Amino acid sequence: MTMPYYVAPEQVMKDRAEYAQKGIARGRSLIATVYDQGVAIVAENPSRSLHKISEIYDRIAFAGVGKYNEYDQLRVSGIRHADTKGYAYSREDVDARSLANLYAQYLGQVFTHEMKPLEVEILVAELGIGSRPTQLYHIAYEGTITDEDRYAVLGGETESIAERLEGQWRAGWTLPEALRAAVSSLAGPDQTLSSADLEVAVLAQGNGRRAFKRVVDAELEAQLS
Amino acid sequence: MFSTTEDPGPDFAGLIRRLQVPSGAARTGEQAPGGPGGPAVGGPGAEFRHGTTVVALRFADGIVMAGDRRATEGHVIAHRSMEKVFPADRYSAVAIAGAAGPAVEMVRLFQTQLEHYEKVEGVVLSLEGKANQLGQMVRDHLPMAMQGLAVVPLFAGYDLARGTGRIFTYDVTGGHYEETEHNATGSGGRDARTTIKLGYRSGMDRDAAVELAIESLYEAADEDSATGGPDLIRGIYPLVATVTADGFTTVPEEEVAERFASLIERRRNEGRQP
Repeated sequence: MTMPYYVAPEQVMKDRAEYAQKGIARGRSLIATVYDQGVAIVAENPSRSLHKISEIYDRIAFAGVGKYNEYDQLRVSGIRHADTKGYAYSREDVDARSLANLYAQYLGQVFTHEMKPLEVEILVAELGIGSRPTQLYHIAYEGTITDEDRYAVLGGETESIAERLEGQWRAGWTLPEALRAAVSSLAGPDQTLSSADLEVAVLAQGNGRRAFKRVVDAELEAQLS
Repeated sequence: MFSTTEDPGPDFAGLIRRLQVPSGAARTGEQAPGGPGGPAVGGPGAEFRHGTTVVALRFADGIVMAGDRRATEGHVIAHRSMEKVFPADRYSAVAIAGAAGPAVEMVRLFQTQLEHYEKVEGVVLSLEGKANQLGQMVRDHLPMAMQGLAVVPLFAGYDLARGTGRIFTYDVTGGHYEETEHNATGSGGRDARTTIKLGYRSGMDRDAAVELAIESLYEAADEDSATGGPDLIRGIYPLVATVTADGFTTVPEEEVAERFASLIERRRNEGRQP
């Protein structure tokens, strides 16, 4: 009978973290930023049908980077959680904080107990109303949750992208300003991104009950030019 | 998180059944109070709120749907400003007649179901698909219907693929039938239908269709005690909505009030009874 190897728990965690980070860094990055009318989310994504950004509930949006099948599964369970809660209680009782906590618990659980951690980083954005502020919850592959009220950068090379965005960020900027800054930050100095390489969506005041809206085609061109 | 084989997909009713969220509208196979073949719960002594006349008709750009505001418990008026016409989603509307409690609950489930599907799948259900979904919900409600708590909805919407308005009527078994022009349901449905039939012209415009819907409700309220007419004292008017390529729009209350006023005025001038 062979004896199992002893591997220090620190090593196990380090290996898993490295594995997840590598998977996430392979994919393209994403920026979410607060602007004067709501939240704008910009992702580098050449696909028109496999979305990185989607609607969860009236004022809540979801975005994920990393492995598509893994964050898509998280997206669907988020919709289920929100719709079930809204149906059992009321629409205003659905909030992003509890959803973000749920995601964080699930990701943490998978990270420590499963063979393979999820290679994803996700964002839950909520458009504020009344006393509830606009909030961005950034949840990492191991379940670490951070809340931002200015912007969040997900994916690989986040440091350099965040640095570029920080230089341009301004409180209360308009949608075109925010989008242009986000796109140039994602692209970096060596390349340019056209509207065909981008997936953009907003949670905006004035969109009615369902605040989520995709910005596509001509509208996106107009905002970026 | 469900395993791949257990996953309910985009079916919200299936999801809450699995999660055992209590819902009046999604119980399948469960017995209504009274047990199988038990006494009808709608009998004397047990009065439930009932909704009454709702109509839908097709016009050139889409459909008009309208419903009165009265709910009754037996012979008593239970509610004067009940809403019976709801947006099901951006391009369709649902109106209810029958037992108010389960009907409103069914609409809430239906609305959530359509939005849930749209979000999970990333595309909107076809109009036919929506009509089938509602049919399933009515069918699931059959045990309750057999005991006197029937819900009979009217569903209509704008079919984006075909570029036309479409209307579906239901019976208590969940059977649904497409109407080519118009229909009405509820206790005053017969009177409303007759009025619409006499005034209906194919390809009529929005104003004429709204006018006809209002007239039909007026006639129904005149004949049927459970249908509320325009309440000029309290300023409560039937709810009228249109669904076109631009989506669901409620006709402003002022417009409805004005149309009722001019209807009465016109009839007086013509020497008819208002």
